[in-house]
Amino acid sequence: MTYDAAFRVWRGDAEGGDLRDFTVAVNEGEVVLDVIHRLQATQAGDLAVRWNCKAGKCGSCSAEINGRPRLMCMTRMSTFGEDETVTVTPLRAFPVIRDLVTDVSFNYEKAAQIPAFTPRSREKDGNHRMQQIDVERSQEFRKCIECFLCQDTCHVIRDHEENKASFAGPRFLIRLAELDMHPLDVVDRRDAAQEEFGLGFCNVTKCCSEVCPEGIHLTDNGIIPLKERVVDRKFDPLTWLGAKIGRRPRD
Amino acid sequence: MTATASRGTGPVTPGPGGGPAPRRAAIAARTLRKDRWWLQPLLTVLALLLFIVYSTFRAFQNAHYFAEPYISPFFSPCLTTACEGDTFPKLFTGPDWISPALYILIFPLGFRLTCYYYRKAYYRSFWLSPPACAVAEPHGRYTGETRFPLIFQNVHRYFFYAGLVFNAILTYDAVLAFRDEGGAWGHMGLGTLVLLANAALLWLYSLSCHSCRHIVGGRLNNFSRHPLRYRFWTVVSRLNANHMKFAWASLFSVAFADFYVFMVATDTISDLRFF
Repeated sequence: MTYDAAFRVWRGDAEGGDLRDFTVAVNEGEVVLDVIHRLQATQAGDLAVRWNCKAGKCGSCSAEINGRPRLMCMTRMSTFGEDETVTVTPLRAFPVIRDLVTDVSFNYEKAAQIPAFTPRSREKDGNHRMQQIDVERSQEFRKCIECFLCQDTCHVIRDHEENKASFAGPRFLIRLAELDMHPLDVVDRRDAAQEEFGLGFCNVTKCCSEVCPEGIHLTDNGIIPLKERVVDRKFDPLTWLGAKIGRRPRD
Repeated sequence: MTATASRGTGPVTPGPGGGPAPRRAAIAARTLRKDRWWLQPLLTVLALLLFIVYSTFRAFQNAHYFAEPYISPFFSPCLTTACEGDTFPKLFTGPDWISPALYILIFPLGFRLTCYYYRKAYYRSFWLSPPACAVAEPHGRYTGETRFPLIFQNVHRYFFYAGLVFNAILTYDAVLAFRDEGGAWGHMGLGTLVLLANAALLWLYSLSCHSCRHIVGGRLNNFSRHPLRYRFWTVVSRLNANHMKFAWASLFSVAFADFYVFMVATDTISDLRFF
């Protein structure tokens, strides 16, 4: 079944832009990205849009649909009424390049600053060994497709550009948590998480978890456990004392 | 990790007033969300305000908190010689005008104020930081929990420990509710059930706490070497997924248990006896 949908798409670049109205045909079973492609093919040949896999696995087609950070390829048109106007805008937290394409290099710069995985030395037979139950917690975070929707929706940087220098954003806080929980890793990242990557800026309002297309529980399983680990290190006098007098080994 | 070469497009200068920088897409609207995003913060404000008003009234009312054998959870443990009832040793004599609830309220209040779930709830609904996802907050500046006073949210685990003591006392109160007015065991009334349900919900709320999850095993990196703590962690993790539900259910049950005792103590209703 085909119908004509009303679309409002942000067009412009860093110099300025606005929302433009379009009427585009929609077929049964389509997603927003299909409609954006039809728009590009039939009415706006120069519309800039970043996309790749169309399967919710590459994290390229992040945008804001009716004000909510979503993947365009994973947003079914059937979730909207046929008479509803669908508004598509670029990610608000990042500099716009053109139309729906933003410059997400802030994220790559933060990624590069995180102390890399540093395993302990190998066992005598030259292998690293770890048990499944030791790594499955951090495997949840490995599902991240780096769509940066969590970064986009996090009010710490979305509403306060000035915090970008001192806050890494939820994606990289769970990266820190993943490494800190890793059974083989030997680097203590707790001080850095608080001082360099701005863990204290997070006020656990959970928008990152709400928008994650992979369903990662960023706050409950990553950021809060990391906050608790930082409390062990910096704010809890008993654990601090225990560690100082050698009664409380790391594990 | 592979370092990515800078493309010269890193963090940019903030716009006027710390708002969106000029290089962001020019969209004036605070949000383009069309759903009723304001409903949840509004309901949270109403529910929490209702609780605050009721509990403040009851704490300062300083009366009708004991109806043999039931004591209101707002006043337990009741520590002063002015206390109604005999559920707890009377430790000191305070001025008459200070309600015994005021000596102890800081602990359950502190536990809930620093709770990771309630933080989300009140930061969103009272402080609008943010009111809902992808809805701009009204503040010009934001430092989160990096400095005084919010850095004190990090003491949550100490309030958790205190909460466990309170749970034990309220469970003891529920056990005492199996006595009758004369102190003989073998009684059970609707009030007994109310106190029992309240104690159970408070245990669920405390044990599903994020700090509890960390303490029982979350801090470990090698679960395989600590099978018992791994089991604890697994159970607490399962509870933790429902922490929000337990937070609301126990808040409601505390208020309801107090209200029930209030009603019985003022003879507005009489306690339904099972045996």
